[in-house]
Amino acid sequence: MLNYEIMRLIDTIKIKNAVEKMCIEACCKISFDVIGCYDAALADESSPMGEEVLRQLIENAKIASTENIPACQDTGMSVVFADIGEEVSFTGMSITKAINDGIRDGYEKGFLRKSIVKHPLDRVNTGDNTPAVIYYDLLKGNKVKLTVMPKGFGSENMSALCMLKPSDGEKGIIDFVIDTIDKAGPNACPPLFVGIGLGGTADKAMLLAKRALLRKPGDRSSKKIDAKLERILINKANELGIGPAGLGGNTTVFDIFIESYPTHIAGLPVAVNISCHSLRHREIII
Amino acid sequence: MTYKKINLPCKRELLIDLKSGDQVKITGVLYMARDAAHKKITEDFLLTGEFPFDLKEQGIYYSGPAPAAPGCVIGPAGPTTSMRMDIFTPVLLENGLAVMIGKGDRSKEVVESIKRNKAVYLAATGGAAALISRCIKQQEIIAYEELGAEALRKIYVEDFPAIVIIDCDGNNLYKTGREKYRL
Repeated sequence: MLNYEIMRLIDTIKIKNAVEKMCIEACCKISFDVIGCYDAALADESSPMGEEVLRQLIENAKIASTENIPACQDTGMSVVFADIGEEVSFTGMSITKAINDGIRDGYEKGFLRKSIVKHPLDRVNTGDNTPAVIYYDLLKGNKVKLTVMPKGFGSENMSALCMLKPSDGEKGIIDFVIDTIDKAGPNACPPLFVGIGLGGTADKAMLLAKRALLRKPGDRSSKKIDAKLERILINKANELGIGPAGLGGNTTVFDIFIESYPTHIAGLPVAVNISCHSLRHREIII
Repeated sequence: MTYKKINLPCKRELLIDLKSGDQVKITGVLYMARDAAHKKITEDFLLTGEFPFDLKEQGIYYSGPAPAAPGCVIGPAGPTTSMRMDIFTPVLLENGLAVMIGKGDRSKEVVESIKRNKAVYLAATGGAAALISRCIKQQEIIAYEELGAEALRKIYVEDFPAIVIIDCDGNNLYKTGREKYRL
């Protein structure tokens, strides 16, 4: 039985307001650590056209931030991770409604593009960028962590999943990931951030890949085996020559993040989810 | 960095001088259309035999802008991925379209049509939408208003920065650039 005395009550209007604010911020303010990647790459990039692209991205981020307008017209499909403490109880509207109301108001007030269609085939715009794709997780504690990721589809369209055989091992993973980045080429707006999900089931692997994109640039996995593979993949990806905007150069990826999970004796699922150079997301703990 | 200046609409004989890898600045008229507008343009052409604007020597920019904030001509408007327009593109090129601006790879059929019709494919920097929208000085919706961000727009640009990806001989910077830096 639940002990209601220890439950912390949160009014979902707080969630709505937080989501509204995070949608706008994530789209208009490229984060400092991402701009740090642009600066570092500009110092390293050997292609003059690649340098020009990086300079444009730095200037673009400045304009967007100063004028509080979106850095990119594709303000994405809203992916929301709601990690909810088991000691939290909600009052007010349902949490799903709160999240979607926050997105609706954020996209209207922030002059963000509404890019969602009702059905994949009839393609009628919903007019308010809802519904979001929401993942709920239960964790210990009495807090709620909300993460909003406005996911652009130039990069999302280049996602891929492969159910490798266990015997394919590390080489199989490397070949598949590098091939996926090579195929994404200029389409996904390089230099890229690449999320990789290893293990679980097909759906779990893709969710891990998406979650991997929430890490900060430069953060290596806390698992030694994954951190080593991340380093190998970053080096190999940057040997592809794709470069900034795909015009040729030595900066094809800014970073690659791996998240892994136990899997079945018969399987080795590998999922790749790609972010453009902007790596947009915001989080808040309530 | 040296830029070639292009004015649009543009005569074919001038476009022939553009080579894959050239950096350009464009001034003049562009038509803004992406997925849904391309589908409508094609459907209308099949029904009526006419296009919503005269394609001759014109350029299309693949983009669907964000809403304009108060005081802005247009919202951020960077390029979208061109390959989704590939299936609609050859018929436009055969009917006079001269310049396309987007980002990313094109199909074999589009490259062949570019060569056959002496057209050119340019890229703007994906994600640099706030920067690019500063070059857009005027805009009006000329068809398919119901499509919102995907409506067909006529825009006037000044010094719009782009790079020649595929020239009229079919040379492709996405291939040559990658080969140059591949280890």
